[in-house]
Amino acid sequence: MDVGLISYGAYVPTYRLDRKVIAAAWARNPISGERTVANNDEDSITMAVEATRNCLRNATVPGSNIDGLYFASTTAPYAEKMSAVLISTALDMRRDIATADFAQSLRAGSGALRMALDTVRSGSAKKMLVAATDCRLGYPKSDQEQDFGDGSAALLVGSGKENLIATYEGGFSLSNEMMDVWRNPEDRYVKTWENRFIITEGYARLLEQAVSGLMKQCNLKKEDVRKIILPSPDSRSYRQVAQKLGFDLKTQVQDPLMQNVGFCGTAQPLLLLSSALEEANPGDLILVASYGDGADAMLFKATDKVAVRGQVSSIKKMLDDKIMITSYSRFLSYKGILEALPGEPFKLFPSASVTWREQNSIFRLHGSRCKSCGSVIYPVQRICEQCYSKDNYEEVRLAELKGNVFTFTRDSLAGRSDDPIICQTIVELENGMRFYGLMTDCELEKVDVGMPVELVFRRIYEGAGFHNYFWKCRPSKKGE
Amino acid sequence: MGSIKDKVAIIGMGCSRFGERWDKGLEDLCIESAYEAYEDAGIGPKDIEACWVGTLTAPSGGIGATAVAQALKLKNIPIIRNENWCTSGHVALLEASMAVASGAYDVVMAIGVEKLKDTGFPGLGTGRGMSPVLEARRTAPGSFGLIAKRYFKTYGLSDADGKETMAKIVVKSHANGSLSPRAHFRNKVTLEQVINAPYIAWPLGLFDCCGNSDGSACAIITRADLAKKFRTDPIYLKGFGMSMDSGLPHLRPDFDWINFEALMTSSRKAYEMAGISNPREEIDIAEVHDCFSITELAIYENFGFSPRGKAKEDIDAGFFTLQGGLPVNTDGGLKCFGHPVGASGLRMTYEVYKQLQQKVDVPERQVKNARRGLSHTFGGPPQMSCVAIFGNEKG
Repeated sequence: MDVGLISYGAYVPTYRLDRKVIAAAWARNPISGERTVANNDEDSITMAVEATRNCLRNATVPGSNIDGLYFASTTAPYAEKMSAVLISTALDMRRDIATADFAQSLRAGSGALRMALDTVRSGSAKKMLVAATDCRLGYPKSDQEQDFGDGSAALLVGSGKENLIATYEGGFSLSNEMMDVWRNPEDRYVKTWENRFIITEGYARLLEQAVSGLMKQCNLKKEDVRKIILPSPDSRSYRQVAQKLGFDLKTQVQDPLMQNVGFCGTAQPLLLLSSALEEANPGDLILVASYGDGADAMLFKATDKVAVRGQVSSIKKMLDDKIMITSYSRFLSYKGILEALPGEPFKLFPSASVTWREQNSIFRLHGSRCKSCGSVIYPVQRICEQCYSKDNYEEVRLAELKGNVFTFTRDSLAGRSDDPIICQTIVELENGMRFYGLMTDCELEKVDVGMPVELVFRRIYEGAGFHNYFWKCRPSKKGE
Repeated sequence: MGSIKDKVAIIGMGCSRFGERWDKGLEDLCIESAYEAYEDAGIGPKDIEACWVGTLTAPSGGIGATAVAQALKLKNIPIIRNENWCTSGHVALLEASMAVASGAYDVVMAIGVEKLKDTGFPGLGTGRGMSPVLEARRTAPGSFGLIAKRYFKTYGLSDADGKETMAKIVVKSHANGSLSPRAHFRNKVTLEQVINAPYIAWPLGLFDCCGNSDGSACAIITRADLAKKFRTDPIYLKGFGMSMDSGLPHLRPDFDWINFEALMTSSRKAYEMAGISNPREEIDIAEVHDCFSITELAIYENFGFSPRGKAKEDIDAGFFTLQGGLPVNTDGGLKCFGHPVGASGLRMTYEVYKQLQQKVDVPERQVKNARRGLSHTFGGPPQMSCVAIFGNEKG
């Protein structure tokens, strides 16, 4: 049975930081380029929701058609609690699905992908979503602080050549025990041993062995490979691997996105694979490698379907659509490293039972449509506001509807001190429904009545000892 | 619908000084307004047969009406507390009036009080519910700021024109407030000051927003037929309207964000009961809910003081100033008194009461020959509106 990829979706945060800004704060020489920075309402779960939604949009498959979700991250918001379940709920997926979190290694993303391919091949699921996100922290002043980026990628795995944009041709894995990159339970920042040791004996050696192993297993010559994907922990190390393996840096090696994204940890192999698929032609062989406590190498072959472009959310467009963060202190505050003056206290008392009871409105973003008179309203209402029908409604998901700003205000009291002005927005959705919420990822001066917006899943406030998620709106991404 | 027109009268009122009353507690504020009201009515605490309290936050010494009972030593009578957003003071006043009209009591008290400055919190409201759907990060300025941009857009005002129109309301209210000894803010402001002040919730700037204050106000109410036993110039309740909206205006499809059903319904019902057909001509003074300048502007139109979309013309012409055709917020309004939530409806009614008696403490503020006055509060997301109309003679 042919198994492979039905679609891909990526997500990189709108905010970027020029590495010069970090370097200047520490009087260092900058590493060239810029890195992505998750907004202060984003985390590994919300970024995975963005990436998986892009993936489903590109596939024009609704969440309800998917049989499971594997999520990989080394920066999940909870040490104990499954992120895949919340992501699947925000995607409005069914509940009779397989979910699992993959964690604690930079190979968790590629591991989840291999597992999803095996799950589909085994016949226990028809379509599996895989998402990987990371937003790791390098020590302030470290190279990693500049090299790391925040990002997420998702792949939809399925079977049947007619459905696939790329078939899975084989995989090869090696495990390798060494202390090269790690975090203890109490660590916020990534720890490493001496760089020359970890690159020479770890990263470079293992990637060479895994790629060579896969090529031998698949009887591949290096010229057969159209693109090799070598996620790189910095802007140099992948070159050394590519050269040792004999691949041409200019034509055969996929751009590792270190100039405009940065190293997004366990998400990087999937992010780069998405990027490669976006540019691929039918018949192209794409070899994706992944390093972390060993290495994975996987081979995909693009089908005729890959050429059917018209991707809703392309990585190229996403990279161009950005807002620069101009200060290092704001970056530190967004990352939770520097605790800025709190904003006005949020007098909310979140409740786990309320959140659970109202999860269809809160997480799935369901409103209701009256079956008697057809009127729609958000959130779900038992009594129709127009015709007073009782319990005679169907739930309607708002999240995929496009909308426009009906009115707004730039509220200076509602924000955090590192992000003091919040745009309160009334959104009119294409079916007439109204959504009242905060606008995120926006340039405040550009907000206006009529502006096209879309709905996104974000972390909304902290309280009661757990993270609280809800939807916001943001300016529609360019070209949509 | 029934009517209690001319069935009850206010025979005494008190109003504390409003402001940052750091040295006074909730109990002190109650005593300040209640004892002025007793003296004004010529009665004492033992004459009170029942009491209605309006307050949002009052936790001092317990919830319920405990704080008021403790402060005033009211005992063995019903004391009923209500919280209806910013209309709590009006609800206390009107519930007390209906109880008197029913014949159950002859002399009752309605008191509103709020001690906001004990909360350690300079603004009002950043979310109130347990669910993020309805309340997360909603601030009061943010909720009302949404009206402003929509109003500008609907009537084709540029942001600058809209801002200036709102600013004129503020300049007017501060001019009135400068003549109000009990107000929190008694400074006159210029158009430039208002327009150039820092933004709180764009397009609302600092001066477009009312302050956060402590205060209390109190009314003694009796049956109309008993009123003249207490004083020669009682003030009669002519009509009222209370209206709570549903469907959460913000979420309801087609809501225009300018015309609030609660405002329109509550004013219409009050006019009907009071027998008013042309409020612009028949009302001599109005105290309306100016939590933000844009709210006052929307109320001009929702209450029929100005035609839809034409409030700007009336504002430009000075129609709502002390010298204008319909002076609004003659004491400076919430703008100058601040908004100790539960106290505000009764504080506004205090000004109407004094105006109709021609007994305003500063003569320059007195509206000559004022016979009909209106007080009004509007609260919630906003959602709840209360209007009361008073007159200085029966009929």
